Amino acid sequence: MARSIRSRVEPRWHGSQHRGARTTARPYAVLSWHCSALLLGIAVLSLGARDASAAGDVDFSRDVRSIFVEKCYSCHGPDETKREGELRLDFESDVFAERDAATIVRGKPDESELYRRLVTDDGDQRMPPPDSGKVVSDQQKALLKKWIAEGAEWQEHWSFEKLAKPEVPKGASGEFVQNEIDHFTLARMQAESFTPNPAADRVTLIRRLSFDLIGLPPTPAEVDAFVNDSSPSAYEGLVDRLLASEHCGERMAIYWLDVARYADSNGFHGDNPRTMWLYRDYVIDAFNSNMPFDQFTIEQLAGDLIPEAGRRGLIASAYNRLLQTTQEGGAQAKEYYARYAADRVRNTAGTWLGTTMNCVECHNHKFDPLSMKDFYSMAAFFADIDEPAVGGPQHTKFFTPEQQAKLEQADARIAELNEKLKAQKSEEDQTAVKKELAETQTQRKKVHDSGTDLVITNVRATPREIRILPRGNWMDDSGAVVQPAIPAFFGRLETGDRRATRLDLARWIASPDNPLTPRVLVNRVWTLMFGTGISGDLRDAGTQGVLPTHPDLLNWLSADFVEHDWDVKRLVKQIVMSGTYRQSSLVDNEKRSRDPYNRLLARQNRWRLDAEFVRDTALSISGLLVRKVGGPSVRPYQPAGYWMHLKFPNRTWQHDTGQNLYRRGLYTWWQRTFLHPSLLAFDAPTREECTAQRARSNTPLQALVLLNDPTYVESARKFAERIVQEGGDSVEERARFAMRQATSRAARDVEVAVLSDLYEQQLKEYSGDKEAAEKLLATGLSPSESSTDVTQLAAWTDVARAVLNLNETITRN
Amino acid sequence: MENYNSTQLSQTRRSFLGRAGGGVGAMALASLLDPKAFQVQAAPAQSQRWTGTVKPLHFAPKAKRVIHLYQAGGPSHLETFDFKPVLAKLDGKAMPESLTKGQPIAQLQGQQLRVMGAQHPFKKYGEAGQEICSIFPHLGSVADEVAIVRSMFTKAINHDPAHSFMNSGTSISGAPSAGAWWLYGLGAETDDLPGFVVLSSVGKFGQAQPIAARQWSAGFLPSRFQGVEFRSKGDPVLYVGNPQGITRTRQQRVVNAVNKLNELRDDVVDNPEIATRITQYEMAFKMQASVPGLIDISDESQETLDLYGTKGADGSFAANCLLARRMAERGTRFIQLYHRAWDHHGGIKRNMAGTATEVDQATAALITDLKRRGMLDETLILWGGEFGRTPMAQGSGRDHHIKGFSMMLCGGGIKGGVTYGATDDFGYNAHENRVSVHDLHATMYHLFGIDFRRFTFSFQGLDFGLTGVETPRVLTEILA
Repeated sequence: MARSIRSRVEPRWHGSQHRGARTTARPYAVLSWHCSALLLGIAVLSLGARDASAAGDVDFSRDVRSIFVEKCYSCHGPDETKREGELRLDFESDVFAERDAATIVRGKPDESELYRRLVTDDGDQRMPPPDSGKVVSDQQKALLKKWIAEGAEWQEHWSFEKLAKPEVPKGASGEFVQNEIDHFTLARMQAESFTPNPAADRVTLIRRLSFDLIGLPPTPAEVDAFVNDSSPSAYEGLVDRLLASEHCGERMAIYWLDVARYADSNGFHGDNPRTMWLYRDYVIDAFNSNMPFDQFTIEQLAGDLIPEAGRRGLIASAYNRLLQTTQEGGAQAKEYYARYAADRVRNTAGTWLGTTMNCVECHNHKFDPLSMKDFYSMAAFFADIDEPAVGGPQHTKFFTPEQQAKLEQADARIAELNEKLKAQKSEEDQTAVKKELAETQTQRKKVHDSGTDLVITNVRATPREIRILPRGNWMDDSGAVVQPAIPAFFGRLETGDRRATRLDLARWIASPDNPLTPRVLVNRVWTLMFGTGISGDLRDAGTQGVLPTHPDLLNWLSADFVEHDWDVKRLVKQIVMSGTYRQSSLVDNEKRSRDPYNRLLARQNRWRLDAEFVRDTALSISGLLVRKVGGPSVRPYQPAGYWMHLKFPNRTWQHDTGQNLYRRGLYTWWQRTFLHPSLLAFDAPTREECTAQRARSNTPLQALVLLNDPTYVESARKFAERIVQEGGDSVEERARFAMRQATSRAARDVEVAVLSDLYEQQLKEYSGDKEAAEKLLATGLSPSESSTDVTQLAAWTDVARAVLNLNETITRN
Repeated sequence: MENYNSTQLSQTRRSFLGRAGGGVGAMALASLLDPKAFQVQAAPAQSQRWTGTVKPLHFAPKAKRVIHLYQAGGPSHLETFDFKPVLAKLDGKAMPESLTKGQPIAQLQGQQLRVMGAQHPFKKYGEAGQEICSIFPHLGSVADEVAIVRSMFTKAINHDPAHSFMNSGTSISGAPSAGAWWLYGLGAETDDLPGFVVLSSVGKFGQAQPIAARQWSAGFLPSRFQGVEFRSKGDPVLYVGNPQGITRTRQQRVVNAVNKLNELRDDVVDNPEIATRITQYEMAFKMQASVPGLIDISDESQETLDLYGTKGADGSFAANCLLARRMAERGTRFIQLYHRAWDHHGGIKRNMAGTATEVDQATAALITDLKRRGMLDETLILWGGEFGRTPMAQGSGRDHHIKGFSMMLCGGGIKGGVTYGATDDFGYNAHENRVSVHDLHATMYHLFGIDFRRFTFSFQGLDFGLTGVETPRVLTEILA
């Protein structure tokens, strides 16, 4: 259905001409583990644990694995030191290995030792042992029995399974079914006797799409155009328009900047500035130009190793320098090199593999197929990066084509003049040439200095030696030296005698053979459009994450994504074109009680906008928003003294003036230790570590920000000018106008009455206190463009404040 | 294609389970972050006041709140609580290499290591005869109330990661600080003030090190549990002041209109988040009055001001101690006072004495004041830094030291008049009854009725707790 909308074909950097490495996957049976707490959650989320009397087959992943994990693995799991009776139940080969008493006989529960031990009355024989405190419920016993009776089919952990495209469960048709996604969701709904919600009304749809695709509310004119567009392609046309908007890249970038931990400061101790914004703009451009995700991946991890990637590759390679670093005197180099190595492993794993490798920094994993050797071998890929352990990083200058041309021009002229100088005989002539030479050199320096700094990946002559650090202790040199390698569980990079490089790692991460990368990306993009993932845990797709509610859908979308050249915009379009996406988010009591967390996707979700979009929305409604894309980070108003704890050197925030006060939230200067407080209040992450999932809180501090932060008061003031200017003549008309601007819909009379009352009361007050009205209207630096009486304008400013504070104004539904 | 007639969905509302308290929204949030939340949030709270997840408590609690007097920068244990006569004898001599070889070291990297004796004499205080440096006479006067732990050790030798370790039990960013854990687990006893508050002051003796907001971050817990900083200049809490020209009445009208419109919207869309939003606006509006009320100390007697040695809310440590007591009275769960003053790489003799005058009287005053108000038994006070300082000289100062340092605890179920644990003769290694930061946290939990084993949060598939992966020890020896 979805047309590819990639704007141009990009080089992919996969080709074997680049010292290509192949991976050899080794066959493995995936061990699986689930912490009991998660299982409890899943039981609720999937509308109640399956019970054996329910129709349909027992599914190992959904129904059975959890019982093994919870009840058996503490003695029969991967941890050798705890294992009893030489029996392990985490590998298929072990479970079905020949033993005196066969653990499981497929199809025959009564001949299976495992089942016999579960149900025996003999306390000495019974499993789990009575003194373990673990009890397998009757329901669980029945499930196990049924699973064995049905053939005891074993499955690998969902995200480690090789990606394959499952059959689309076609069959249903009707209004709801717009594309493949809907077949999957509808099948699941039907199995649970659910029906999908009707599609949302068009006002809701355009508002939803606008927030999801560009992070801004639609204007009333845009709403009208869509509502009145009777063509069958109206919806798709809207989607295409939004996907083509340069603001789409900004919206998508925010999510990426969270996982890659982009910031304008180094994070530790003095939290000193460093210039990284060209990387931020690279990310925006990549999404806007719809760069294939595999290429995007490879350029960031190893753009510096691909000469053909040129300037863009070098800028992308700044990814490797985004980590937290220190300039603290007295920091020991060895310790900080160890910290940086670990940070990079955590971030690479978190960003692309959706897997936490945090625990294997200090010990082999108890439940996951990851070892300490894997952790340090992964770190070794980055050992070629040239960087100070302690101190400020070296910046590289980048030039715009215009600057570049000027530099080249100057260089040519300087060369010419040098030649000329040699040719001149008389002192007088020489002086003249020298003078011009000096001028040209000064000119050149000026152009050079005006270039943009960026910390990119520079490579050392010899990679640093990386050892396994016992218990993560950087002082302990007793561990073995390791070479760069991907986690052994996933196979091996075939590089022959050549040391594997970041480029090899990058190509493996972005290879179709990697079972994790596509699933992780698809799940996260899905989350941007639904509020939650198909797998609810965006941070961990590993064995301890949350099982997907629709595993086949996730697999299908992921495989389809890879098949279609990792085309991100196509994926987004696929999702938003679905009937599943278009559903209303309203929920009736029955649905809410049966599926409180919407795991069946029988409705859309609603949520409070992300921090940056809360800001963008207010600025946009007020008319203040400056829609410039990219450029250096900016400084909006911030309370005085907020940086008092920053030291070495002391710093005070000086807000910008002019246009830079009204830029989108994502361009705000990102100071890790003291992130702008109004972004922080709405759960923007400090980006010290990979953030795959933002919290979504609802706090009094948010109310204080929207009520009192000068940015919002100024927005209200400018909004008030628009209300008076454009909103008609009567109080009611103006109130209606205000509501429409902020919520995209027509106001109800009762709402108009509330706002009109507020206006009249405040007007009365300000009429008796003109000075206060003037004070209020003096908030913010933007000049007033209204000749309206100040008391009226102040009263409308309060109405505007109320409207900008509405839950609905900052909600996507 | 689209169905405009979705109003039938909105006909039934308000009757759904847990609807009254907006509980489903809250639960949905909690569950998004932690599937385990199902276990602990059996019933949605009726009030929007967060009442915690540890319900019931694992055992009977002693303490109700924490006041952490955080001496940031690393105060020297050798000039506070750890008397080492050997150092005086060997002053200026080479430090035994057997102790220092291969050990982490900060600014003294590559330098000759020489012993430095205590720069101020110690005295015995109280009936228990607690040894405390004589530059802390007021603390001495309450020596029988306090327990001194002389055998702390920590893992990180630079300020920033060491603060993270002390606050969150790990030096990797992104973990919740202790205050966030307390608030998450126990809730607060106030709904018009934050449950976790941070105040700070800067000393005049020696350099003040930076401190990051991550030290009071909620980490991977919901952000409502993060610490709220009270400031001595500008708005005491960010954005708590009305915009210029807005009176309380005018603000109230705006808030009322917002809440009325939110209610009207809720009638149509039946969204539990709206009920929560309404309550948050009510709380915010209350905070706008209660915060100024809290910091307005004009109702304190002159005697009280004299006790603390402060004239008013001037951002000093003494003023902050008084505010801490006022917060304690109003139900704040976790109060953290940073005094950024103790990084004495040079001039330690003068600088320790000077910094002591900034905190000594007020610390003792807080203990005395809480005691006479009958609140000391239920208030756990913690006094100490992120690490200690080397027995070796760094010129006229001391460098960072993590292998042994001291911490003082008081009130809230702590036994008074006790000194616990010991470092070696040089004050270098904690060697008797060693106490890790995780042991300290486990002990604090214990006093609040929390079993550290049973208080975790599932993040990235792992059960994270404040006290780390290895089993910590509750210091029963210092419990009353």
